[in-house]
Amino acid sequence: MKAPKFSYIRADSLDHALELLDKHGEDARILAGGQSLMPTLNMRLSQPEVLVDINRLNDLKGISLDGDTVVIGALTRHIDVMNSDIVAEHLPLIAEAMPHVAHVAIRNRGTIGGSIALSDPAAEMPACALALGATLIVQSSSGKREIPAEEFFHGLYETARAENELLVEIRYPSQKKDNVSVFMELARRHGDYAIAGVCAYGKVSGNMVEDMRLVYFASEDRPIIGENAVAALNGKAWCDETKDAVTSALENDLDPMANLHGSATMKMHLQKVLTGRVMDTAVTRAGGAS
Amino acid sequence: MSDRRTISVTINGETFEREVETRLTLSDFIRHECLLTGTHVGCEHGVCGACTILLNGQTARSCLMLAVQADGQEIRTVEGIAPNDQELHPLQQAFQDNHGLQCGYCTPGMLTTLLEFLEENPDPTEREVREAISGNLCRCTGYQGIVAAALDAAKRLQAGA
Repeated sequence: MKAPKFSYIRADSLDHALELLDKHGEDARILAGGQSLMPTLNMRLSQPEVLVDINRLNDLKGISLDGDTVVIGALTRHIDVMNSDIVAEHLPLIAEAMPHVAHVAIRNRGTIGGSIALSDPAAEMPACALALGATLIVQSSSGKREIPAEEFFHGLYETARAENELLVEIRYPSQKKDNVSVFMELARRHGDYAIAGVCAYGKVSGNMVEDMRLVYFASEDRPIIGENAVAALNGKAWCDETKDAVTSALENDLDPMANLHGSATMKMHLQKVLTGRVMDTAVTRAGGAS
Repeated sequence: MSDRRTISVTINGETFEREVETRLTLSDFIRHECLLTGTHVGCEHGVCGACTILLNGQTARSCLMLAVQADGQEIRTVEGIAPNDQELHPLQQAFQDNHGLQCGYCTPGMLTTLLEFLEENPDPTEREVREAISGNLCRCTGYQGIVAAALDAAKRLQAGA
């Protein structure tokens, strides 16, 4: 199909973009990488009156270190995150997740901020932001706001960002050198949306799980921390008994949504399987025996 | 009232200046305005990969961009791969020699995707090739021939063929 009619405006500065968002509110859509927006336009699932193209706002692109914080501009394309030495060294979770973000041609255009702001429940970047405790910086004509990832994701494509705000920057605490991280997902075809996925980040010493965060995505309406699973995990040695306790606690955290890719029961099963694999790998990476 | 802009896009070295509707996708611009029909359009939502082109040297889905976004940019399509009218590019020759195409619908996207991939990874394994083309669907399911062609092309390109 072909996109519906809209007015296209190329923002030539951040102020210009924010002014347009103020003026048009919910009638406007922000065109960043376009890798999710363009399909919805082509399929007429979205019919905005105004499209605000922010692609030429180069100030919103780039990756830098600010002390112990990795700062990524919202308009930084996935490919640049994937190839970044700073990300490889300080955010290995994101480096591990990136090859799963769609395919090369999509990563060349899609942006990290677009992925987080859209908050597709099966997307990798929202889950990583939550696992790493990132801070999302949104800006409107009246100023900037900092939103912790824990408070950003509200539901299916719903976030704490207001309609006149633009996600401009993501600030990630550098991963601690004595912590481990693991990213795993299951998809029908490499690069497709995940059917189930888990991010793990925290401290493991030998077999002892000291402080882990487990974030689940693709099965719920948003990425969520497996609070009960984590409670059953932390302070325990990783073994079959712990695995059983963690996966049964997980049933109290997740309420999977069935979709084309699988039933709720299957998704719950897969999240449990992934939990086991992720923790086996975390222990191996921490130098313990799984 | 339709929203229109005049844009200028360089495709395979030739500059095309056209007045277009802002909602026109880059794929439709290439095919209908520039009459370069080698770029195919399959799904129009980024899944099939048939419309993949090179935008400033990087692959992109031309169905997931607006033509206005390509204003002032350089594009290479399947028509711009061969060095001249008589010769094929080594990658194209490898496709022909290894039965890398059947109906040909996915071929332009396969070629542009592999062109970028082989530049970055000149000596790939079979697994890497399969991952590289994981975003391109061949509904003839002719993947064996496509993978063989890509591996053969890598050898030819390395030998300077």
